[in-house]
Amino acid sequence: METLAMPAINFAAIMPETILSAVAMALLLVNVFVRSEQKAYLGYLSLIGILVTFFPIVAGWNAPVELQSGFNGAVLQDNFSLFFKGIFLVSAALSILISDQYMQREGCNHGELYPLILLATAGMMLMASGTDLMVIFLGLELLSVALYVLAGFNRDKLKSNEAGLKYFLLGAFSTGFLLYGMALTFGATGTTKIAGIAAYVAANPMITGNQMFLVGMLLMGVGFSFKIAAAPFHMWTPDVYEGAPTPMTAFMSVGPKAAGFAAFLRVFMIALPAYKPEWSALLWVLAVLTMTVGNITALFQQDIKRMLAYSSIAHAGYVLVGFVAGNAVGTAGIMFYMLSYAFMNIGAFAIILLVGRKGEPNNNVADYAGFGFKHPLLGLAMSIFLFSLAGIPPAAGFIGKFYIFSGAIQAGYIWLAIIGVLNSAASVYYYLRVMVFMYMKDPVEEFDWLKVTPAHALCLLVAVAGVLIPGIVPGYLLELAQKAVFF
Amino acid sequence: MLGAYLPIIVLVVVAAMFGLVSVTMSSLIGPKKPSALKLSPYESGCEPVGTARERFSVKFYLIAMLFILFDIEAVFLYPWAVVFKSFINAGAGAFIFGEMLVFIVILFVGYIYVWKKGALEWE
Repeated sequence: METLAMPAINFAAIMPETILSAVAMALLLVNVFVRSEQKAYLGYLSLIGILVTFFPIVAGWNAPVELQSGFNGAVLQDNFSLFFKGIFLVSAALSILISDQYMQREGCNHGELYPLILLATAGMMLMASGTDLMVIFLGLELLSVALYVLAGFNRDKLKSNEAGLKYFLLGAFSTGFLLYGMALTFGATGTTKIAGIAAYVAANPMITGNQMFLVGMLLMGVGFSFKIAAAPFHMWTPDVYEGAPTPMTAFMSVGPKAAGFAAFLRVFMIALPAYKPEWSALLWVLAVLTMTVGNITALFQQDIKRMLAYSSIAHAGYVLVGFVAGNAVGTAGIMFYMLSYAFMNIGAFAIILLVGRKGEPNNNVADYAGFGFKHPLLGLAMSIFLFSLAGIPPAAGFIGKFYIFSGAIQAGYIWLAIIGVLNSAASVYYYLRVMVFMYMKDPVEEFDWLKVTPAHALCLLVAVAGVLIPGIVPGYLLELAQKAVFF
Repeated sequence: MLGAYLPIIVLVVVAAMFGLVSVTMSSLIGPKKPSALKLSPYESGCEPVGTARERFSVKFYLIAMLFILFDIEAVFLYPWAVVFKSFINAGAGAFIFGEMLVFIVILFVGYIYVWKKGALEWE
């Protein structure tokens, strides 16, 4: 009988995922054994789990490569993935902080919410640290299946059901594209390892002429573009964002997008540099389309959740600009931008959540009339988030955009940067329109139903700090992002 | 290259022939003495009652889904059992056994959740 060689397993490389999954399973059992109508304690327990997960992430920073790589090179927990894992944890923690109040108000206070968020976060982490196409796919599925449920979490509401079903059908379809692309790439190169694909292409330069390989690259691009909601694969975004419970909209507009970009960047930059002229031309078109479609459609939205959905499409376009640039500045800009986007977008959704009440989402922009006078502090916070989304200094959104566009200029994509800046200017209109309603219209409502719970206040404080501090003193975070770039 | 697929092609042909030949042969040479009872649809030996196109309770789907989940995960035990011996020879028996225990614990967590949630109760 043949003996099998043990693969090089290194559990430290998947420590964050392991902790999150273990906490998620424990919470699942706690949820069924503790008979209680209150589910907030599950949220606090999952926050403890997230805090514990920060330790291996901080400890793994700058670790030697033999400690980073695990499972025979299927995962690599390098600085790049650690930075993204930090983004995922921040977005999960902020979304959990605002969940309990909303879920109680809307009458869908099921304890499964928190384990699902943790499992989705573990899936995102696998996507960021996977260096094997199969591991990336596994992470994507773990993330997506949890998100389908979270989007349709409010079972009694038709809109939420619609969001869940739409997300599931389109997501399953796009997963098919991604998997087919991976299969064709495997067929052309004979390996699913990202480093193995790169080595094979380096040894056989003629393979780039192979149609199968080219189509594999294109199909993977389609699959990833769906996940990051790039036009023309963005159609699901507004409906899903509008129908999903607001805290989950906040969560899925940030984390999964960052995870999609992490896997997209790693696969295309490390495994397929031979196709760089092809994919950067393709992504150039996608970036321009995504920015323009997102911004122009957002101009006409009356529903603020739909507006932020189109704005998130536009932001995916800005990030694609950094991707096209393909240099260290652009990639560091992407990472910085995704982190500050987590703070500003979840912060904005936290305010939207407060303005609504049971059965009355108050999502129309006109519902914000006079909000800034009735609640000056909340109005100020919303203005900071909107300024940051629009990319106006001193908010973090400005610094991120600045680095992404300067990366594009350094790489010689002058026109792309110009189109990006023009788009950014157009976006100011719809962000400031909300502020016009908040500060320049007379209040129609008293907004006396607003109740800021301590958890909610903490979320808002962290989000404001996360937008303002890196915006005013960006040095530290930018340095981290630059160290995290993999080239 | 294509030669590698020859056994599969042979298997497909044999499987198709097996079905076709046995049905054709029995209809050609089998004795035919039809009666009302023999021509009635076979339903596990019971007498057929009513139409088959009825609405089923949604509970069946839940049970079926849970069955498939646990069934497929239990199937993973078989390939593990096949290679377990060679891992013992390689001196990694305890580790591989522990790995499978972790897998079963995860399965068990799901089972307890489903049970306590009441998904297995019919009423």
